Amino acid sequence: MRNNENSPIVIEDLRKSFGEQKVLNGIDLAVKGGETLAVLGRSGTGKSVLLKLIVGLEKPDSGSIRVLGQDIAKMDRDRLNEIRKKIGFLFQSAALYDSLTVEENVAFPLARHTKMSEAERTTRARELLSAVGMENGLKKLPSEISGGMQKRVGLARALALDPEILLFDEPMAGLDPITAAEIGKLIVEQQKQRNITSVVVTHEIHSARIFADRFVLMNEGKILADGAFDDLRKSRNTFVAEFLREAA
Amino acid sequence: MVALVVSFFEWFGELGLFCRRLAHAMLVPPFEGRELVRQLDSIGSKSLPLVAMAGGATGVVLSLQTRASLTTFGAKAMLPAVIIFSIIKESGPIITALIVSGRVGAGIGAELGSMKVTEQIDAMEVSAVDPYKFLAATRVIACIAMLPLLTVAANFCGVVMGWLSTTLAQPVSFRYFLESGLRGVTFNDYLPPTLKTAVFGLIIGVVACFQGMRTKGGTEGVGRSATSAVVLCSLFVILADVLLVRLILVFFP
Repeated sequence: MRNNENSPIVIEDLRKSFGEQKVLNGIDLAVKGGETLAVLGRSGTGKSVLLKLIVGLEKPDSGSIRVLGQDIAKMDRDRLNEIRKKIGFLFQSAALYDSLTVEENVAFPLARHTKMSEAERTTRARELLSAVGMENGLKKLPSEISGGMQKRVGLARALALDPEILLFDEPMAGLDPITAAEIGKLIVEQQKQRNITSVVVTHEIHSARIFADRFVLMNEGKILADGAFDDLRKSRNTFVAEFLREAA
Repeated sequence: MVALVVSFFEWFGELGLFCRRLAHAMLVPPFEGRELVRQLDSIGSKSLPLVAMAGGATGVVLSLQTRASLTTFGAKAMLPAVIIFSIIKESGPIITALIVSGRVGAGIGAELGSMKVTEQIDAMEVSAVDPYKFLAATRVIACIAMLPLLTVAANFCGVVMGWLSTTLAQPVSFRYFLESGLRGVTFNDYLPPTLKTAVFGLIIGVVACFQGMRTKGGTEGVGRSATSAVVLCSLFVILADVLLVRLILVFFP
């Protein structure tokens, strides 16, 4: 793992169980700076748990998770929050705050972590929303906009603090193919413009091919394949071959 | 049976851990002033009409119920004192706390429960904003601050409506009603029962936030959290009242 020292995310022998159920069973993974990694696998194989561990929402049973050079499993809350300010997270359900408007949702992290005035925050929120194609409906509540729009707003909120790392949990889930493709393109655009290190959890391999540089395929808490898409296709592992066949 | 006992102690253990983190969030800066003001409005001023109505109804009922009994014993002149004493010492505070348990307890339980199952609380944590500080501490402080003020409103409405009910049966001036009722009333009769509602506010805020933030299981779980928040808030308020009345009698005889 020595050559991974400069990688923004380095995971070593990560294990996590919930009761008797082993969710992650010895994960080793390093994500290079500026890389977009797609984590593939069936539902319930621990992909979302992996993201939650990276951002400190869950604590590992054993192993280490180094994010931007610091082991987050051993951090106190204040230091963890300093790291979290450098990470953007797009939740599967977008997880927008119900009681805040679209614009307020995006301005929320800015109000807490920057010294911007209210006018500056509004301008910045509008810039971010415009960058994800949300010029209208800024005063609407999340319940008044579509699922695709919610994902866009979620992405704008995730980008608000200019993060060094972006984590996406099933960004295309529940969207029609056209909207899913649009969200995929948005991720690629933001990725190119900002050179952010990204981890995208998904089971939609076609969408993942739009934006990912590298793929890992997980099953039963372990990584079965790791590499470019062609490397996955050449894998002799029966599960990998079956997954790719079914996904096609 | 064993599982029930274990889950009972687990609940208290989790509540203890919740309170520890909540205390840290309430005492250590930075504070969420703007959100606190929003909660003061939501918990305080929006509960006011309900509390005022309940307080007024209590005054009327007390007047109707006690008039006949006091007349039987030839103590009708005591009616204003009975109404005022009953309201300020017990009825006002407990009615206010139970009304707030219902309205605010259910509201907090459902709102935080819904935020929990839709990952909004996780999103807040990931944004490096402490949900204990932003969501729980502001609501608990607002409950503590607003309960005594709402009690004052309930007491006032209870006394006014008690007088109105009394004067409809037998005309008596409001001034005479107050003078007669407040004769012999000291601050020890008024302040401790009113201020004890701050403890009720603490109970309502903590229990409702705790039930909301530990919600599991989708919309069904949100419903369970809202119901359990109301039931537990009401139950703990009544149990705490027993203890607080005893303590008040010891320290303010």
